[in-house]
Amino acid sequence: MKTRKFEQKDFLWIGLVCMLAALPLVPGLIGNSFRAHVLILILLYASMAQSWNIVSGYAGQVSFGHSVFFGIGAYGAGMAVVTYGLTPWPGFLAGAVLAAVVSVLISYPCFKLKGHYFAIATFAIVEIFNRLFMVWDWVGGALGLDYPILPDGWKNFVWSETKVGFFYGALALFVLIFGIVRWIETHRLGYYLRAVREGQETAESLGVNSSAVKISAMAFSAFLAALCGGFFVQYNYRVDPPMVMSLDMSMKFVLITILGGVGNFWGPLLGAAILIPLQEYSRAYLTALGSGVDLVIFGIIIMLMMIKQPKGIMGILQDLGLGAKERKREGEAD
Amino acid sequence: MSTFVQVMLDGLLAGMLYALVAAGLSLIWGVMDVINFAHGEFLMVAMYLSYWLGFLAHVDPIVSWVASGAFVFILGALTYRFIVSRCIGKAAMAPLLATFGLSMFLKNFCLNRFSPNFRILQTTVLEGKKIILGDIVIGLPQLVTGLFSLAILFALYFLMKKTRLGWAIQATAMDREAAELMGINTDRIYLLVFGLGGACVGIAGGLLTSYLAVHPEVGALFGLIAFLIVAMGGFGSIPGALAAAILIGLVEALAGFYIAPVFKYVAVFAMYLAVIMIRPKGLFGW
Repeated sequence: MKTRKFEQKDFLWIGLVCMLAALPLVPGLIGNSFRAHVLILILLYASMAQSWNIVSGYAGQVSFGHSVFFGIGAYGAGMAVVTYGLTPWPGFLAGAVLAAVVSVLISYPCFKLKGHYFAIATFAIVEIFNRLFMVWDWVGGALGLDYPILPDGWKNFVWSETKVGFFYGALALFVLIFGIVRWIETHRLGYYLRAVREGQETAESLGVNSSAVKISAMAFSAFLAALCGGFFVQYNYRVDPPMVMSLDMSMKFVLITILGGVGNFWGPLLGAAILIPLQEYSRAYLTALGSGVDLVIFGIIIMLMMIKQPKGIMGILQDLGLGAKERKREGEAD
Repeated sequence: MSTFVQVMLDGLLAGMLYALVAAGLSLIWGVMDVINFAHGEFLMVAMYLSYWLGFLAHVDPIVSWVASGAFVFILGALTYRFIVSRCIGKAAMAPLLATFGLSMFLKNFCLNRFSPNFRILQTTVLEGKKIILGDIVIGLPQLVTGLFSLAILFALYFLMKKTRLGWAIQATAMDREAAELMGINTDRIYLLVFGLGGACVGIAGGLLTSYLAVHPEVGALFGLIAFLIVAMGGFGSIPGALAAAILIGLVEALAGFYIAPVFKYVAVFAMYLAVIMIRPKGLFGW
């Protein structure tokens, strides 16, 4: 398996990316339109969910603290542009590295906790960061950072004329994160992660250093989540603490992955592809019913999904027998 | 010195209320090993009920807590019957996420129906009354709410320790299968526990309306604090919840006064993390 040749699956994957990349070339399909906005958000949220999937899906450590890393990435880019007047690129990198460092510092003590105790500790961390950023003047406090008007292009990573640039940016992020997770999944770290999830003591007895494995998963996960945060702030032209560092944002990482299928490679994309259009279209077309309707529907879907099939859409597909191949592949991996 | 006493008293009274909010969560967690993520939203629903009863029917919160308690008891029982009982035992996090879905539903439903405006009851019986002891001022609404919460907690403790129902709940918490073999209908116990947990937070919400404004987000912070209290006090333990709640109330009040109001919850969460690092299963956990 060391030098694996291209398989059928890989062509599927390349085909999908090429198809997505060609989308803006089809006139009228994606210009400066609402559809482009929805597509960009699907790619962004799928990437976010996939970054969460590393530590919480593959390694089984359910974190509700990912908005902290997302927020650090967002502030990295935001401060590079607004505070220091640079391009966002050094901010992306600095934010991602800082998020990885913070994640290691946080998770070193927190991984001693198990199950619900770990989950609640991550809530507390989100709240601490949220409140500190709210009063920290250096990062803009509660007002946040507002972007100045900048010329379009890759240098500033902003586009105001059309959304095509953002679309390719989101696609690049998506390919990067899904590629890294595919790489992790098929290499040693991925096997270790799943071994730790299935039975930490057993994995340790076979010589897996479980805390090192979990911490490195968390660092990868935080690094990638921070990159998504950087993209998010560029796309919104502003950042403030409730936007990026809140329990609601943390829950987006969780819910999209859970809805699609946790611990499954395609789960995050499926979850985002269903949830994001639903959220955006209901927000756009159900305004007559008043505010909050999109989240009411969202809540009902989550409840129904947990009652019917906690493994998410991937679980339903597997129940229907469509996932027979996937199951076989997982069987081999185990 | 009198400032210090004043701050401590405020913290103590807040802590007593937190204890009642957390007791409901603790009971559910201790018996069923389920986190009810909609716990804070149960509080919000109770507050809205109490608010509308006061606003439309002129029923004072000092009476209407019975109605909010009963209403949230039913809400809790329905939540168990239609949501939690159907996803318990499927996947570790399924009940937590399902109740998170419920919390989103309740929060945004209230946002949609009642707008995000803050609403506070005017002209309640206790409004504006206070006890003045030298330099120390105690608001009567806070005092009554705190002492009342304590009384309900004692009643709950008595129920758990001295009645057959309480023994059945404890037996179910220890070993569900063994309890079933002893003739306990554990599904009924789970239903009752979810209802009782709801009733605790419902009563707390009903009382709270006498001095706190209600809005769709009001439950979020209370829910979070209740999680911390339960994790710190050890799940299922009512005395543990009371001790942890009072500790949190005191830290909140002291940090709010002596450091800065914006840092009071930072101090609370940081203290929680410090405690949980030293004792991973809480102060009184085993």
